[in-house]
Amino acid sequence: MLVLGQDEKAKYPFLADAGEYLKDKGFSLTQFGSDPVLKLSVEKALHRIKVAAAGEVYKSDLIDGQASKDYVLEREVFSFLLAIVLIKLTGMSTLVKRFALAEARRAENYLEKDLGNASNKSKIDLATRIIYDLFNIEIIKENDFFVMPVSDYLKHSVTFHEREWKLINRHVENGKVFLTPDKTVRLIRKELGNYISSKITNAPKPSMIPGLEKIVDELITISKKLTPTYTITTGEYPPCIKHAIDVLEKGENLPHSGRFMLATFLLSRGQTVQQIAPLFKNAPDYNSRVTLYQLNHLAGTSGSATTYACPSCEKLKTQDLCFITKECDNIINPSQFGKKRK
Amino acid sequence: MNEINIKFLEDSFKKYYFNHFELIPIPQRTPEREFGFQKFNSSFFNRHISLKDGKELRLLFMQNTPSDVYCSNAYYAFPNSPMNEKDWKEADLIFDIDAKDLDLPCRPNHTVSICNQCSEITKNNNQCTKCNSNKLEKKSLPCKTCMNASKVEVKKLTEILINDLGIEKENIQIYFSGNEGFHVYVFNSQFQKLGSKERSELVDYIMFRGAIPETFGMKKFKPNRSSFPDFNQNGWNGRFSKQVFGSKSKRSKIISELLENGYSSFQKTLEHVSEEIGVKIDPNVTMDIHRIFRLPGSINSKSGLTKLLCTDITKFDPYNDACFLNDEPVEVLATCPVEFKLKNKKFGPFLNEKISIPTYAAAYLICKKLATIA
Ligand code: SF4
Ligand SMILES: [Zn+2]
Ligand SMILES: [Zn+2]
Repeated sequence: MLVLGQDEKAKYPFLADAGEYLKDKGFSLTQFGSDPVLKLSVEKALHRIKVAAAGEVYKSDLIDGQASKDYVLEREVFSFLLAIVLIKLTGMSTLVKRFALAEARRAENYLEKDLGNASNKSKIDLATRIIYDLFNIEIIKENDFFVMPVSDYLKHSVTFHEREWKLINRHVENGKVFLTPDKTVRLIRKELGNYISSKITNAPKPSMIPGLEKIVDELITISKKLTPTYTITTGEYPPCIKHAIDVLEKGENLPHSGRFMLATFLLSRGQTVQQIAPLFKNAPDYNSRVTLYQLNHLAGTSGSATTYACPSCEKLKTQDLCFITKECDNIINPSQFGKKRK
Repeated sequence: MNEINIKFLEDSFKKYYFNHFELIPIPQRTPEREFGFQKFNSSFFNRHISLKDGKELRLLFMQNTPSDVYCSNAYYAFPNSPMNEKDWKEADLIFDIDAKDLDLPCRPNHTVSICNQCSEITKNNNQCTKCNSNKLEKKSLPCKTCMNASKVEVKKLTEILINDLGIEKENIQIYFSGNEGFHVYVFNSQFQKLGSKERSELVDYIMFRGAIPETFGMKKFKPNRSSFPDFNQNGWNGRFSKQVFGSKSKRSKIISELLENGYSSFQKTLEHVSEEIGVKIDPNVTMDIHRIFRLPGSINSKSGLTKLLCTDITKFDPYNDACFLNDEPVEVLATCPVEFKLKNKKFGPFLNEKISIPTYAAAYLICKKLATIA
């Protein structure tokens, strides 16, 4: 088992043993419903979930990955533990999914920084230990790179769609793949999300803590508002579109051309900008303002008078975005999909 | 194939297995393998057989007089169960290099066509000269050029296996397939447990498929000369340099050209380079983790030659070294419009002639359906 320092617990709270931690600090869960000082942690937990639900990454009070005061650290860890308790109390799987994803993103940032921190060997060691303990990949630092066995790399990279992740596009030597810190962390993104979400799913469901009922209700309302956007994938979409949605849902990077195709296609099917925007939330470089701006631009609702049409199948083929199947039935544009039936 | 021919082949094969059983290495972890065999003139494939040890393997040969014997590269908990109940554990990594896939210009010169309708045998044709049918079966005869080109691919492959993929030389075995190619086996590697998808990524790597311009220094925006690969680099960067720049003195000039021609032209360059430096393996063979392969040391019934371990691939001459049937003369009726060499002896061309030739040559022709016992 990993021995975590104080800062590490704040950065990677999902590694800490929740119950132990509370006990160590002399608290019990029920106190959070009533103790006015602990209230601050409850608020923070709520904030943490809301941020995640909105598809963003929670910014902690850590400065340079360090807790300035002990109570800051405590609140970081408490708020994470409480957030899980609250989510369990709502029983909403949408919240689990979004929270796990956002927390994974957050941890990813720290892992990447720790790996890239050339001056602090213990940070690098810890990050590599985490990757080993959680995902059973042994990575070793070699100059500016992290190396791992080709077989481990392949086990994770095969789920990626971008050509960049093909083994041929990596430096390979002596049975090892060489990766930069950011690629190393990218490689385990999905597993990190799965790990956190399974931790939440497997945690026992607590009984309601008196004093927190209102907050739980508020979260249920938020979650219910979110749910409809997830019904967006239906069987009537052509393979290229399904694939693009798939990539985004996995939190992988969809090239700009792919986003353009997806947005224009959905707009052509009468979806609104507000309906489409959440789809891009999982993208690694998501920025809600920019996304809305771009979508509005495509839809022709902001300033420019032109609306953009979905690119032709031929064009998409050249962009590696076409995943043609029999169902495509010789159409020339994805927007014709399913309409040509006799 | 008629009874007399079958009897002849069965007898010759039996003698080989009786005298040369030591050429069949007992597969590692025999009880975990799936075995299979076929008999002459039977389309039935006996599969899902499990054997305890070398003794049982020997028995399989003696009791069945098989035309071909196979063994899985996979290890299973229950090798004799149906495929989805076998409980796959791991599999050796296998590569297939076949002269047929190289499609060299010499190929038509040593290929004969057998008409499925009227049995007419001619030099390489796409239509029967006698009955105009286009249902023709092609048979390729020994060719040194084809074999040498296959050897080059084997050497390219082993270089990548050792230097890029970190496989110990001792864990690589090269076998002549018994017909026109090589099977390269990799044992005890980090890849044993990989599934089909992951193996297909290895295949793309080895074949140099799916490379993007950025990997070899060409950027879409603001490309610059400093990012291009150089000769002394390991892996594909170094091999790419040798192929594209040729010599150190030309490197700078060629980089200027590449930059001038731009990104999409570079993509074409990569495709072209792939043809040259990618290793020509059969991707499906490596990806398939449930396949059974001709058992090393057994005879290939397409030729009567042995699937033989090559210890020195450069010196290896399959049409001499892997030819183990005896040289007792046999009378056959042969039609083989192309001349060929076995055991350093020239044979043919035969034009529907009754001839007396050594057993190994007779077996070769009968296996290729170009002769029958007279
Ligand atoms: S053929 Fe057209 S609709 Fe079908 S997958 Fe390709 S691009 Fe999409
Ligand atoms: Zn004919
Ligand atoms: Zn040839």
